[in-house]
Amino acid sequence: MDQLLNDFSLGLFLVQAFILLVLIFALRKFAWRPILDALQIREDSIQEALDAAEIAKKDIEKLQSKNEKLLDEARLERDDILKEAREASNQMKEEAKEEVSKISDKMLEDARNAINTEKQAALTELKNQVATLSLEIAEKLLRAKLKDEKAQKALVDDFVKELNLN
Amino acid sequence: MMIAKKSISFIVVIVFTIFSNFSFAENKNQPEQTLGNPVDTQEEIDAYIQHHLQDAHDFVLFTNGNTGNHIGFPLPIIIWDEELHFFSSSKFHHGESVAESNGKYYVLFHEKIYRTDAEGTLTLDDHNHPTNVRPLDFSITKSVVGMLLIGTLMLLIFGALARDYKKGPLPTGFSRVLEPLVLYVRDEIARPNIGEKKYRNYMSFLLTVFFFIWFLNLLGLMPFGFNVTGNIAVTVCLALFTMIIYMSSGTKEFWIHILWMPGVPYILRPVLAIIELIGYVLIKPFSLLIRLFANITAGHVVVMSLIALMITLKAAFGPVVSTGMSLFLTLFISIIEILIAFLQAFIFTMLSSLFIGMAVAEHDHH
Repeated sequence: MDQLLNDFSLGLFLVQAFILLVLIFALRKFAWRPILDALQIREDSIQEALDAAEIAKKDIEKLQSKNEKLLDEARLERDDILKEAREASNQMKEEAKEEVSKISDKMLEDARNAINTEKQAALTELKNQVATLSLEIAEKLLRAKLKDEKAQKALVDDFVKELNLN
Repeated sequence: MMIAKKSISFIVVIVFTIFSNFSFAENKNQPEQTLGNPVDTQEEIDAYIQHHLQDAHDFVLFTNGNTGNHIGFPLPIIIWDEELHFFSSSKFHHGESVAESNGKYYVLFHEKIYRTDAEGTLTLDDHNHPTNVRPLDFSITKSVVGMLLIGTLMLLIFGALARDYKKGPLPTGFSRVLEPLVLYVRDEIARPNIGEKKYRNYMSFLLTVFFFIWFLNLLGLMPFGFNVTGNIAVTVCLALFTMIIYMSSGTKEFWIHILWMPGVPYILRPVLAIIELIGYVLIKPFSLLIRLFANITAGHVVVMSLIALMITLKAAFGPVVSTGMSLFLTLFISIIEILIAFLQAFIFTMLSSLFIGMAVAEHDHH
């Protein structure tokens, strides 16, 4: 202890205190403050970048889910439209079919009526023809058969016989 | 970085030229000096180690034991003895002669300057300490040279680091080595001990002290024989700075806890106050300064003693074995010393921030 006290040099102590003070203030101005500030700024910017990345990630996720939703909606709408279109076309087809069948029915009816009328007319014609022909034939037959007296008389007899029987 | 390197070598050159006449050795043959007899006895080795541990007023690189020649350069002597005296340490001739300045005579005795008369008489007391007047010695001693060197180095390299951040967020080159060290002090020492809110105020002090001690410790391991952090005046100064800082930044709560401890019987409170005050004013700084001083001094003593093994064991084992042993052990201890150089800087800064943390802490309880 005595040795230590003897070794202690007040002059050196004061010189060192001076050097240390100057060093602390000089380094603070020219080194520590700019260094620590730069480090702080760098750390802050890294933190900011990380935060921004996190936010961007969340935004992208949000956007993605939004897109998904939009897509779903679009799909649903498309399905609706398709369904409606299909229904409309079916209806149109149905209507067209009905129309067509109505028209064809009518045409058939008309045709049938026309045919019937024609047929009636043809039948009447035919009947008239046949009647005329049969009259002519009967006339001819009668003429041929009743050319002599005997035949006339036989016929009258037949009639008479028939009349008697009745 | 090239600029920094160039300016460092420039400063070294300046230092050498200012304290010029590099070899200022005078061929003074002293008949009573051990002529042709290098440092080789136990007493001489002890004296040599003792001498090394002390501050020096000139910068001696080599001493030729045969001729008494010292190779090195003198340093300026500045003393305050009623008036300012300024002269070169070459006047002392390595403590061998009396220096005269403005009509007053001074002599160097165990690297301390005493006022004396023209003949250089010293009166010694029982402890072999001179009773002569010791003037206030502001000399640029070897320790001061070391501190100035390290201070300049710190300004250069950390200034370069600071300038590097102006170019971009990432430093380049050597600054990349320094940045993690700064971050280490901030994140491992200051932040956890002082707290997130207040640590910034103390960063300048902690960073300066940390690198100052570490670099000076490392300088002490280099072969120029600096022993700055192993000097009691230096560690006292460092510890005093810490003490002043934590005492001046104490919160109201801190002082209440020291002077009038709540939750303790009233009779005990003054007793506790005395104990706490002694603890904060004396014991804590004392533990700081003694720890650093003792560790570094012990390291220097061990390394030098191990080097001296070469001589002390020569008789027992022969020159080759003793030299080999000495080199091996010195290498081993030197590696440990490199670790201790960092460790002591770390512990000093760590404890400083711990004490500051105690002073500025905000207690939520009570």
